[in-house]
Amino acid sequence: MSIHYIYNLGRAAAVAGALVATPALAVDLEFYFPVAVGGAAADTIEALTAEYAKANPEVNIKAIYAGSYSDASAKAITAARGGNAPQLSVLLSPDMYTLIDEDLIVPFDDYISEADMADWIGGFYPAFMLNSQAEGKTWGIPFQRSTPVMYWNKDAFKAAGLDPEHAPENWDELVTIGQALTRKDENGNVTQWGLRIPSAGFPYWLFQGLAIPNGAILATDEGKKTHFDTPEVIEAARFQYDLAHKYGIMAPGAIEWGATPKAFFEGDTAIMWTTTGNLVNVTDNAPFEFGVAMLPAKKTRGAPTGGGNFFLFKDSTDEQKQAAVEFVKWITAPEQSAKWTIATGYVAPRPETWELPVMKDYVAKVPGALVARDQLAFAKAELSTYQNSLVTKIFNDALGSVLAGQADAETAMKEAQAKAEAVLKPYR
Amino acid sequence: MKHRWIYAWLMLLPAMTLLVTFTHYPAIRTIINSFWSTGRGRRQSEFVGLGNYERMLGDDVFWQVLWNNLLYAAITIPLSIAIAISMALFVHRKIPGIGFLRMSYFTPTVLPLIAVANIWLFFYTPGFGLIDQIRSFFGLAQQNWMGQPETALYTMMAVTIWKEAGFFMIFYLAALQTIPPSLYEAAAIEAAPRWTVFRRITFPLLMPTTLFVSVNAVINAFRMIDHIFVMTGGGPNNATSLLLFYIYEVAFRQWDTAYGATLTVVMLLILSLLAIGQFFFLDRKVHYR
Repeated sequence: MSIHYIYNLGRAAAVAGALVATPALAVDLEFYFPVAVGGAAADTIEALTAEYAKANPEVNIKAIYAGSYSDASAKAITAARGGNAPQLSVLLSPDMYTLIDEDLIVPFDDYISEADMADWIGGFYPAFMLNSQAEGKTWGIPFQRSTPVMYWNKDAFKAAGLDPEHAPENWDELVTIGQALTRKDENGNVTQWGLRIPSAGFPYWLFQGLAIPNGAILATDEGKKTHFDTPEVIEAARFQYDLAHKYGIMAPGAIEWGATPKAFFEGDTAIMWTTTGNLVNVTDNAPFEFGVAMLPAKKTRGAPTGGGNFFLFKDSTDEQKQAAVEFVKWITAPEQSAKWTIATGYVAPRPETWELPVMKDYVAKVPGALVARDQLAFAKAELSTYQNSLVTKIFNDALGSVLAGQADAETAMKEAQAKAEAVLKPYR
Repeated sequence: MKHRWIYAWLMLLPAMTLLVTFTHYPAIRTIINSFWSTGRGRRQSEFVGLGNYERMLGDDVFWQVLWNNLLYAAITIPLSIAIAISMALFVHRKIPGIGFLRMSYFTPTVLPLIAVANIWLFFYTPGFGLIDQIRSFFGLAQQNWMGQPETALYTMMAVTIWKEAGFFMIFYLAALQTIPPSLYEAAAIEAAPRWTVFRRITFPLLMPTTLFVSVNAVINAFRMIDHIFVMTGGGPNNATSLLLFYIYEVAFRQWDTAYGATLTVVMLLILSLLAIGQFFFLDRKVHYR
């Protein structure tokens, strides 16, 4: 048997395989998805996609894991610029204006009927649509959406003589309870912090968990104007600095995002703020009883939304777009959405999903899941503007310098606002 | 025989194709792009002359990352070379288990930087990281070296030195084995002190290796940024951002490719100047046999 023979045999087999796998007139779809938290996210997405492919042989759909949120954006935009865009992608919802600006995506409006417009688009929580609609159109469909919540260690509360069922309701309580929880050894070194709000990497997001309750909105005018230097923002930035330096309940310096759940499990901190997307992780790994609460109030309750939306890429045929929209409809439908939420902890973005019996069972087992949903009533948009990465970086750098004690909140925020203005002015 | 030049060109062709496609053309294209604005969607890219360069001069993040990078190079290069020489001298002898020792010195080089960075991340983690667990034995307070702008860059340097020293050691070890023993015998007859032997024989004869290693170290100081992605993402407030990391951020996160090209031109310039400097000036101090 010659090499050639084997080669040809292989080719024939490949061709035959392709013929069997591809029914006539099949639509090919590719979509990128990012994974931002631990747990079963990637497996679940792949399993759901496979299930869809099995039920719909006329669609060849491939889910491609694309790294973190920023990796996934970089990959999708690079591919699109190279003329090889995916038809669909889950990307960070605040990337919307950037993608519009790059002329890479199209709104869903043209591919859904009037009735769907009302039932389907209208059926998502309004808070999630804030980062999904612009210019009167819908550019993103909420999928792996989240919101930050507060997790607390009930054992640590008991040890400090606090009511383990009562989480801090407002900023004042946050400080007093945090101080009661902060423990020091005989050398005066802290062995347990009261609170941990991660501030490394993308500090703006959890900062919004302070700014929004204080009545601050970081960006308006459809992503064309920022408000970094309002008194509410400055006060919130000072408060975050004070948590470490004045009240001494949080470690000073930039705090790692990734190590936060571990710090909570290890008892390094008694309260942590992180995404509800960590709920499954915490449920599985916390060696103590824990509670989940909304972020504490200042003027009102409040929190940013976060996480990923489905975006529809421009560079594809109408047929592909139609097929892509059908897939998105399927995967956001209650049954699939429930599977996704139960596997990951992301917030099911449609009220109807929460009515399913499986979801009711889940909520009975993991009551923390309800907190994120209920907090949506107070939630506002995540910071999102044109040239989002640049504007967000300007803000992150300013907040970083405040938290490090390099600059006063007012000076840093005024400077950041001036820089952001220079970037956004041409868009107005 | 008159067609010999054809053969010459044919022989050069494979290497030329690769060089032109992946080195020369991109470099020239980068320089051209740096004179144009970034096109976005419906807005076309247009010629802006030195506009991007003006913006760069006024960009305080650029100056900060440039300074960070110079500091980073100035500290990591001499330290990793010094450690590499000491380690090479230490394992250049016949003692039992030397193979194992050499291997353990070389291990950091074999491990991928991303994996290594995750391990170091655990070392540095405040509170329950390895360093703090050791410190707590001695009653010392938690530290957050990676989260403070004053110290964050040094934590990155430690990773780089640890990673690079073992790699450079291999070159020094090879070079040490080529030094003729007769020189050391002569020194022994003269009863020369050990330090003089090192200064007058070993170190000068290692110079060609030092040149090679330092060229590599300089390139790496501008090129190795994987651990920054994993460990700090350039923060806090750009304290650990290096030039290449900033270029990545500008070009592939903010999608400002024209400005990214401008920064890349600066990087190319720095690297070519350093390479020229090393080859022309340091070369005089190198003793080849």
